[in-house]
Amino acid sequence: MSAIEFSQIAVIAGKEFRDRLRNRWVLAVACVFTIFALVIAYFGAAQQGAVGWRNIDVTIASLVSLVIYLVPLIALILGYDAIVAERERGSLDLLLSMPITRFEVLLGKFTGLAGALGVATVGGFGLAGLLLVYQLGNAALYHYAGFVLSAFLLSLCFLSLAVMVSVLAEDRMRASGIAIALWFFYVLVYDLLLLGLLVVSEGQLNLNFFPVLLMLNPADIFRILNIFGFEDVRRIYGLATVFPETLANPWLLGSAMVFWIIAPLGVAAWRFK
Amino acid sequence: MTDQLIEIRGVHKRYGAVNAVDGVDLDIRAGELFGLIGHNGAGKTTLFKMMLGLLPATSGDIHIGGQAVRGEAFRQVRRSIGYLPESLALYDNLTGLETLHFFARLKGADRATCPALLDQVGLADAAQQRVRNYSKGMRQRLGFAQALLGSPRLLFLDEPTNGLDPQGILEFYRILADLRQGGVTVVLTSHILAEIQQRVDRLALMRNGRIQALGTVQALREGQDLPLTLRVSFRPEGEAALRQTLAALGIETLKAEAGSARFACPRQSKMAVLTALARLGPVLTDIDVHEPSLEDVFLGYAEELTP
Repeated sequence: MSAIEFSQIAVIAGKEFRDRLRNRWVLAVACVFTIFALVIAYFGAAQQGAVGWRNIDVTIASLVSLVIYLVPLIALILGYDAIVAERERGSLDLLLSMPITRFEVLLGKFTGLAGALGVATVGGFGLAGLLLVYQLGNAALYHYAGFVLSAFLLSLCFLSLAVMVSVLAEDRMRASGIAIALWFFYVLVYDLLLLGLLVVSEGQLNLNFFPVLLMLNPADIFRILNIFGFEDVRRIYGLATVFPETLANPWLLGSAMVFWIIAPLGVAAWRFK
Repeated sequence: MTDQLIEIRGVHKRYGAVNAVDGVDLDIRAGELFGLIGHNGAGKTTLFKMMLGLLPATSGDIHIGGQAVRGEAFRQVRRSIGYLPESLALYDNLTGLETLHFFARLKGADRATCPALLDQVGLADAAQQRVRNYSKGMRQRLGFAQALLGSPRLLFLDEPTNGLDPQGILEFYRILADLRQGGVTVVLTSHILAEIQQRVDRLALMRNGRIQALGTVQALREGQDLPLTLRVSFRPEGEAALRQTLAALGIETLKAEAGSARFACPRQSKMAVLTALARLGPVLTDIDVHEPSLEDVFLGYAEELTP
C-alpha cells in the first residue's frame, strides 16, 4: 500500500478545476443556478395565482424540486468521463507513468471536479440567496445556507456516482449512457417504484422499512433533509406518514449523504486499482 | 555491483488465451541505447508498459535499478524515468508551457527548466500556443520535452520519431546523443529500422511475445548469415570479364545497369570475390561492400519462423 501524497492530488485537482474555469463551465452552471433559483422563487406560486417573494419555507420547497432534477444531472455530466476519457484518449498511460498512484489520480479528479461544482453551486445559489435574504430577511439566511450546503452534498453524491461510472465503463459512449440511466433511475423512476410498491402492497408493506428504501436514494435524502424542517411543507409532501421524525435528524441525513459520496468513490478506487 | 539497470526475469503477460509477452528474460545495461524491434503486436509496447509499471506482469519479475516495478519505492524510481508513449495524447486546452508545468509538478521537477526544454526541442516560439493548434510533429516534440523533465536517468521512448520531419529526426537523435554522453540509459522502439541501426548499442527482436534475437546489430547480422551486397562500377569494356568472373564464382547478378552491377555475396566468400574482382584490374572503377540492413536482418528472422 502506497502512502498518499496530497501534493499529487492537488496537482490533478488544480488542473481539473482550472479546466472547468477556463472553459467557462463553472460560470455557465452558476448562472443557470442563479437564474433558475430567482425565477422559481419569484414565480413558484404562479399556479396558485400569485407571484412574488414568499416565505423561505415555501421558497426552499420550490427550489428543492429544481435542485433534485438539475444538480444530479449536472454532476453526472461533469464526472461521467473523468477517467474513461483519459483512458480512451491515451493520456492515462502518460499520467500514470508519473510518480502518482491510481488512487491519487482518482481522488485528484474528484476533488477538482467537486471544487468546480462547489463554486458553481455555492456561487450560483449564493448569489440568488443574497437577493432572497434581502427580500425575506436575515432569518431566512440560516435555512437557505443549509439548503445550499445540502445541494452541494447532493451534487457530490452524484459526482461520486459519475466518477465510479467513468472507471467502470469501457468507453465514453457507454459511460454517458449509464450516467443518463442513473439520472432517470434516481430522479424519475425510483420514487415512482416506491409509490407503486405502496399501492401494490395495499398498505400491507411494513412502513418501518420504508425510510431505509428512501435512504437508498441520495435525491430522497436531500428532499427529506430540506423538507422535514418545515411543518407546512412536510405535510404537503406527505413525508410525515412515511418517514419517522426520529430519523429526520439533519446530522443523520447528512451522514447518509456523506456515505453516498464515499461508497461509490470507494468502489471506483477498488476497480481502478 | 551489477551494471544492469533493467532486469527482466521470466515475464509473462496473458490476456485470456493470448500470450502478449511470453517468458521474456532481458538485461539492459546502464548507459546503453537499447532498441526493441518487432512487428505490430509483437509485444513491444506491452513489455514497455510492464517496465514502467503501467501493466502488471502475469508472472515474472522486473527490476529497475534494483527496485521492483511496483509499490512506494518505485514511485521514487519513477521520478528519474522519462516516458514518451507511442500514442501520445496531450491536453489540447493547455499551452505547451502549461503542459510542461503540469507534468513538472507531478514529477517533482523544477518548473524553471520548462522554457529551456521547450527551446531544446525547438518549441520556444510555440510555448504560449494551445496544444490543440500544434502539428503532429510539434506534439511529438512536446512529448519528448515532457519525457526530459527532471533530468531522467532512464528514458523509455516508444516510436519517438513518429510524425517528425527529417530535420526533426536529426535533431531528436542529436539530443539523444547528448543525453547518452551524460550517462542516460535509453530504451526505444521504432518501425524505421534504418533510423536506429547505426545508433543502438544493442537490440532485441521480439516476435509473438518472445525475444527472438538479442545482441548488437552486427551480432544479429552474423546470426542470420545474410549475404553482403556488393556494388561494382566498371568501364564498358570490362562488362564481359566481370560477368565471366562472377559466373565462375557462382554469383548471380541482382541488378545490372550501364556501368554498374549489384550482386549478393555470401559473407564467407567475401575475400575470394574481392580477390577475383581485383584481378580484373583497371576495368573496375569502384567497389562498395554493404552489410545487410537491419531491415534485411528483421525479415531474415521473420522468414526463419515462417513454415
